[in-house]
Amino acid sequence: MTKKYLAQIYVTLRPSVLDPAGTAVQSGLAQMGYHNVDGVRIGKYIEMTVMADDYHTAREQIDAVCDRLLANPVIENYRFDLLEQPSSVVK
Amino acid sequence: MKFGVIVFPGSNCDRDVVWVTSGLLDQPTRRIWHQETDISDLDVIVLPGGFSYGDYLRCGAIARFSSVIPAVVEHANQGKLVLGICNGFQVLTEVGLLPGALIRNKELHFICDRQFLKVENTNTPWTSAYSSGEVINLPIAHGEGRYYADAETLAQLEDRGQILFRYCTANGEVNQTANPNGSLNNIAGICNPKKNVLGMMPHPERASDPVLGFKDGMKLFEGLLKAVVGAVS
Repeated sequence: MTKKYLAQIYVTLRPSVLDPAGTAVQSGLAQMGYHNVDGVRIGKYIEMTVMADDYHTAREQIDAVCDRLLANPVIENYRFDLLEQPSSVVK
Repeated sequence: MKFGVIVFPGSNCDRDVVWVTSGLLDQPTRRIWHQETDISDLDVIVLPGGFSYGDYLRCGAIARFSSVIPAVVEHANQGKLVLGICNGFQVLTEVGLLPGALIRNKELHFICDRQFLKVENTNTPWTSAYSSGEVINLPIAHGEGRYYADAETLAQLEDRGQILFRYCTANGEVNQTANPNGSLNNIAGICNPKKNVLGMMPHPERASDPVLGFKDGMKLFEGLLKAVVGAVS
């Protein structure tokens, strides 16, 4: 495992799921004076570094981790970016 | 009837369950640390309420991966009994032993209150001591109790009689004013198609000791004993 990747993961509610927290924030925005916003929904951002042989292996692992733990597929969607990081491990 | 109550880091309603099954009903009961793997000696596995893993990420999301869980799944697959109360219900949906998910209460408040429930289906070991349509009163205490499932799953639950408890008024009306958390179809508790796994948000173990002023929860445990063992001591 010689390559290091930074995974940046976004977990968001499925469109069919009501988001009362988003609605509460939207009313907060209205109280700030912004009446031109709509569709406020709150998700999660998770990041982690993973060591892997290549991009494909890292992607498969992050995908599995998202599907089983980080997101609940019943109520959430996920997407992620994988960025190769400089690694101090030398072959 | 041998009861096992699983304790995850953060579970806090385990002793209340033990008080009912062992203290009041005199059934052999042991607490199971979440890292144990052998639960084959037990008849009923209870996943109690609390805040397993601090409710971090999602309620029950991390507890799902505790080493005892594969044994719980096997226990359920063998047709043996599994009861998830509150956080336990959340864990069961994360594990996939029950469908759907429990999410943040619609009004965003943590609700600690007495709640009327309608017993919808008495044709299960869990609800056999209640009468059909009976209105009971159990305590609820949760911030993430809103039951959600997609339309297809909801239809299946309804068709197959898997909804055992619904939030209702004192008169048994199932409507939105009686719904404390926005659960779809006022769902408070469901079972799997084989009826051996029950998940419910209200706390029957907190309504079993008459000293506390509630007694409707005891009928769940008594019904279970009678239905399975055939006698109550």
